[in-house]
Amino acid sequence: MTAIVDYNGVRTTARLDALSEEVAPGDYVLIHTGFAIRRLSAQDGEETLRLFDELSRSIGVDSSVGDDAGETGPTSPDNPSDAT
Amino acid sequence: MSAGFHFSDPKRARDLGDAIRILAPPDPFKIVHVCGTHEMAITRNGLRRFLPETVDLLEGPGCPVCVTPAGHIDMAIAMAEAGAIVCSFGDMMRVPGSERSLDGARSAGCDVRTILSAADAVEIAAREDREVVFFAVGFETTTPMTAAVFLDGPPENLSVLVSHKQVPQAMGALLDLPESRIGAYLAPGHVSTIIGTAGYSSWLEDRAIPIVVGGFEPLDILYAIALILRQHRDGAPEVENGYPRAVSSEGNPAALSLIDAVFETADVGWRGIGTIPNSGYRLRPEFEKYDARMRFTLELPEERGEIPGCRCPEILTARAVPTDCPLFSTRCTPLSPVGPCMVGSEGACSIWFRYGGRESL
Repeated sequence: MTAIVDYNGVRTTARLDALSEEVAPGDYVLIHTGFAIRRLSAQDGEETLRLFDELSRSIGVDSSVGDDAGETGPTSPDNPSDAT
Repeated sequence: MSAGFHFSDPKRARDLGDAIRILAPPDPFKIVHVCGTHEMAITRNGLRRFLPETVDLLEGPGCPVCVTPAGHIDMAIAMAEAGAIVCSFGDMMRVPGSERSLDGARSAGCDVRTILSAADAVEIAAREDREVVFFAVGFETTTPMTAAVFLDGPPENLSVLVSHKQVPQAMGALLDLPESRIGAYLAPGHVSTIIGTAGYSSWLEDRAIPIVVGGFEPLDILYAIALILRQHRDGAPEVENGYPRAVSSEGNPAALSLIDAVFETADVGWRGIGTIPNSGYRLRPEFEKYDARMRFTLELPEERGEIPGCRCPEILTARAVPTDCPLFSTRCTPLSPVGPCMVGSEGACSIWFRYGGRESL
């Protein structure tokens, strides 16, 4: 099973047989050497930013992150291609 | 990109930098990562300037092509000389074997092809009548793809030279080397997507050092370093997930079962380190018919692992940084590399050459 994926405007095919999650058109996936290895969600991306702030606060950093600190939205939450 | 998650946003980077400074250990503390993509992100973004004086952050054996032993490259070249089409990833082409590289073999008339995916090797084999050898390198992130291809029943003229490796075992072996002094590991993000945080527990549980999985955006890395330093401060070392949006505790079961269906664990050699027990793979007996080594009678040169003057063995074991090597950027450059770490795009020397090493940051 394969999917058409878009990486910064480049369209290519990715195999889905190494993926444990169900995916549907419009989902974000992490790709490694032509295979999707993980579905990524916008919620998990937001959760990550929350974890960063929580850590800074727990260490005693005076963190006041305003709305300008980062938009969140359903675009590629990661650099999904090259990794070890 | 206009919209999206800002995993490099300066405000959060400053906050995490402050957290790292507050958590600075009083005594020298060495953090080692094992991933070329981490080194790329750290060096390109100048993240070492966020580190306190006492903290060192080094790349260990994180470049799969760099740790591929010269003897395996010799085998791939010998297969090409025997008439096979040898396919591998681009980084592999220029890594020196005992006498020359795959690129050198290609210049001498051998059919050596660069591919982007294991699936490309299948397409080549389907088009060609000759034997096609896939020289399969990479860590746990890449091994499932090789497995998927051979599980699919590929063309009969396709075989594989298996050089896949397992990261946690190498992390364990590094701790036992003399002078290693490793205080903590920043564990690789996408290897961990496959093996999960559980993948480290069995090999490293009794080691009592912080092991924190990190992602690849600048903030991910700063966050993981802060988690490491917090564990160190609290004297509570454990395996911790700093990249939960892409990593779970159990990993990716579909990918793990692909690996398990085709491969079994084997002792394998790592360039610069030597043989590490259980740190690689061999084909299971039912897949041995695809073993390239069974298909060719090879005449191999004497393996020459050591390169005079090259400090790659110490760099690959996180006991030196590129600028410690007298050849770095003098005799050894990406255009004319001497050692594997200057060849692989994930090699520490290649990355420091491109983006500048610690001194210039």
